[in-house]
Amino acid sequence: MDIDRAWDLHPQVSVRPEPFGALLYHFGTRKLSFLKDRRLLAVVQGLADAPTVRAACSAAGIPEAEAPRYGRALATLAASSMVVERTSV
Amino acid sequence: MTTVPATVTPTPGPARLVDLFEYGLDAPICLTWELTYACNLSCTHCLSSSGRRDPRELTTDEAKAVIDELERMQVFYVNIGGGEPTVRPDFWELVDYATAHHVGVKFSTNGVRITPEVATRLAGNDYLDVQISLDGATADVNDHVRGAGSYDTAIRAMANLRDAGMKNFKLSVVCTRHNIPQMDAFKEIADRYGAQLRLTRLRPSGRGADVWDELHPTAAQQRELYDWLLAHGDSVLTGDSFFHLSAYGEALPGLNLCGAGRVVCLIDPVGDVYACPFAIHDEFLAGNIRQPGGFAGVWGGSELFRRLREPQSGGACTSCQFFDTCKGGCMAAKFFTGLPLDGPDPECVQGYGEQLLAARDGDGSALPKPSQDHSHRTAPAAGRRTGPVPVTLTRRREADRPPVSACAESPLAGYRPD
Repeated sequence: MDIDRAWDLHPQVSVRPEPFGALLYHFGTRKLSFLKDRRLLAVVQGLADAPTVRAACSAAGIPEAEAPRYGRALATLAASSMVVERTSV
Repeated sequence: MTTVPATVTPTPGPARLVDLFEYGLDAPICLTWELTYACNLSCTHCLSSSGRRDPRELTTDEAKAVIDELERMQVFYVNIGGGEPTVRPDFWELVDYATAHHVGVKFSTNGVRITPEVATRLAGNDYLDVQISLDGATADVNDHVRGAGSYDTAIRAMANLRDAGMKNFKLSVVCTRHNIPQMDAFKEIADRYGAQLRLTRLRPSGRGADVWDELHPTAAQQRELYDWLLAHGDSVLTGDSFFHLSAYGEALPGLNLCGAGRVVCLIDPVGDVYACPFAIHDEFLAGNIRQPGGFAGVWGGSELFRRLREPQSGGACTSCQFFDTCKGGCMAAKFFTGLPLDGPDPECVQGYGEQLLAARDGDGSALPKPSQDHSHRTAPAAGRRTGPVPVTLTRRREADRPPVSACAESPLAGYRPD
């Protein structure tokens, strides 16, 4: 995943915050994912308003050095179409 | 429990998800909602002892209020069942209401109402999924449990769904002693109709208690099923039914957790909330959605649910090396077979459950009975012939008359044509 590009939650995905992180449900694929980290949740929720993944991480208070690690977590979500690259603005 | 295949993002976490789930969630991940006890069939293993409608069932408005609550709680989808849910006159109205309010619906049906028109409607809605129940890959095995004609009904429904372009609906099978040898055949049927196979465990719940001894898989069949499930991995759904089989070694795909009261629960047709769909008994009754606070009040405030969300004692199982994967198995299976809840599952693959079953006292009359029974009072007996009933016409014996006296004038007095 290129963390210097813009990404979004898939429009058919619902996010439900939970004490341990969050649940994501994709109504198109009927698949469930779990986020085990509230900061990752903040990144996911901030994607729509951020020009890049890196910017979303920074807005969520994640140190620059940790951004690639969150990028890898988002790549897992991308593999199940939970997040998709924003092609045009 | 029942859930969809899930993936976990590999961010560093303090604990395994399954350990976090043991403490419960703010709302269920998914929820089973039985809309009616009415059913056109009388399956011998029915979990909810369904058959006749209950006059106290939720009204359309009450059901819509439940949907509003589920939307507020962000319950992504409900598993609607029964009874046969499609026989409720407001079934489609409720389904449309749910999907319009962002609550996805997956409903279980025997297929009786899945006409070509209904199939077209289902295929057109992403928020709708359907599960066709079939308990034999051949009519003889299926109809023995589900009743005459039910195999043909299910196959016709699946053909209608395929022809309407519905993709990836579910073919739902309860695994029994009779159908375990048919797993490959079930997979072929699912593939033929573009469906995904879903296998679940036979539970001694509802009328299932009456046939469990006869129908539950043998120890050798459990091993056969486990190997089959491992070989097929994620392509076959199990609703996390078989986590007790993990004690064979490798864990099966899924959460491998008893979700009762933690991540799942049941709303029954009269609004009673139970810890899970297999435990319709007062012991597992958390409350009713008609009480103040509604469903959210029950989920968040029930004393029973609070207890289920505490770490459970493994009891006799604690010393077993497989306890960490099988967690002592299914609470409902233990309860309805009269085994202690903090001990092994009746189908424990190490054989500890069988030993306990053999050591039970009495003839089974002391076993807990489900708190609801809506079974049809008369069910057509399988294999009984229909048609004319032979009757022999005879004269009524007039034994109640006084003895014939010497004064009787009738020429036939005292004559009995025997």
